[in-house]
Amino acid sequence: MNPFSYSKPTDVSQAVNLAGPATRFIAGGTNLLDLMKENIARPEHLIDITGLPLTDIQETASGGLMIGALVSNADLAWHPLIESRYPLLSQAVLAGASPQLRNMASTGGNLLQRTRCYYFYDSTVPCNKREPGTGCPAKDGLNRIHAILGASEDCVATHPSDMCVALAALEAVVHVQGRAGKRQIEFADFHRLPGNTPERDNQLAEDELITAVELPAAGFAAHSHYLKIRDRASYAFALISVAAALELDGEIIRDVRLTLGGVAHKPWRDKAVETSLKGQAVSREAFVGAADAMLRDAQPLEHNAFKIKLARRAIVRALSDAATGGTRP
Amino acid sequence: MSATPQPDFAGHAISLTLNGEIRQLTVQPWTTLLDLLREQLDLVGTKKGCDHGQCGACTVLRDGKRINACLTLAIMCDGAKLTTIEGLAQEGQLHPMQQAFIKHDAFQCGYCTPGQICSAVGLANEGRATTDDEIKELMSGNLCRCGAYSNIRAAVQEVIPLLDAAPNQGGRRP
Repeated sequence: MNPFSYSKPTDVSQAVNLAGPATRFIAGGTNLLDLMKENIARPEHLIDITGLPLTDIQETASGGLMIGALVSNADLAWHPLIESRYPLLSQAVLAGASPQLRNMASTGGNLLQRTRCYYFYDSTVPCNKREPGTGCPAKDGLNRIHAILGASEDCVATHPSDMCVALAALEAVVHVQGRAGKRQIEFADFHRLPGNTPERDNQLAEDELITAVELPAAGFAAHSHYLKIRDRASYAFALISVAAALELDGEIIRDVRLTLGGVAHKPWRDKAVETSLKGQAVSREAFVGAADAMLRDAQPLEHNAFKIKLARRAIVRALSDAATGGTRP
Repeated sequence: MSATPQPDFAGHAISLTLNGEIRQLTVQPWTTLLDLLREQLDLVGTKKGCDHGQCGACTVLRDGKRINACLTLAIMCDGAKLTTIEGLAQEGQLHPMQQAFIKHDAFQCGYCTPGQICSAVGLANEGRATTDDEIKELMSGNLCRCGAYSNIRAAVQEVIPLLDAAPNQGGRRP
């Protein structure tokens, strides 16, 4: 880890005023410190934001919840209002990391964690995300865990978060504050596809700080399911994950949300697929059709073609479990 | 933005409660809690395994919650109440979790054991494990390369009575 200086502001304006090209905000530190130990992140100054008043979960006037950026992953997953109204989010958070890391990691930080592509973490090899323009060894290398959707010539990394897959499905809104003021970013627009600038994971400017994540009222609590497929039973990143949520009128699908994790540079959602499911009756055929449509443009690399089949089956299973009220795995 | 200050080699003064004792310390910003414990304070019960938050050997309790000391900056523990494996025994009596690990032979080489025990105490504080499967899932942040998992689970179960355990083994609040 390189030497750096440190400050701990007590309000958000102070924090964003300290931010610059060589600074980083730190909260849980579970990803940032790991990156610093690998010399992938080399900040000259750390702005400790854990003294900021962003630790509450509050009900909003529109029937949703405002989650402070510093709420820990554990406190979020086990909050009574999250468990009862947004079980999809609770399940997704508990599917990620370990109990220790969930006690440390923050809500805002979860959105900002970086890919676990092996080549990104190995500073002895090129990587366009780490050092723009140097190349992508993953594309023709060991790419079993890499993207099947939305990748580019320059980057085939996936976004590692489980929480974000559920937040995308729930149409959360990210509240941020920078020196120019506050703005809100729809979850679907927050993370980016790699294109030819894979070094940028999201739309935040360097002085912008996530202050809260807002959940709309619709939590799909009666019919939702988060399914995560990984290489071991617990404490591993997703090969494929599916956030599935349904609003049913008898057997008829009135509303649906379907988002994939482990397949792309951001949580992968296709609104056309959701629209085509609306009005249909719950059936295996309908879910298989949705899975096929969702994966129509999937492009395998040398070692990850299995992910397409796996994703297809996982989508069908997650939707089926959601339909039967499978809110507990 | 303000000019970036120079790295602070002189260090920052922090104050924390460590195993029940208030400590005034000077730490450089880049010192992890794990290195503070082992290198500066000679509390070597907390182990460095992977140093990347993947193995759980460095697990300690901060304000009663289990965390990875390797991914925590010491400077960010200013004002915190920390408990390490050295602080679990009280007045010469081992903590019930330590006793249970001995009784169930819940280790082989012992390197992961301090982290396992601190993690299990954190698990008990959380009050979320009500079945054997939940213990398995909620202890997954602690690896044991000797594979003593079944005995570790037995030890944890002894201290955290389960809802699905037989009634004469003590039920648990719903």
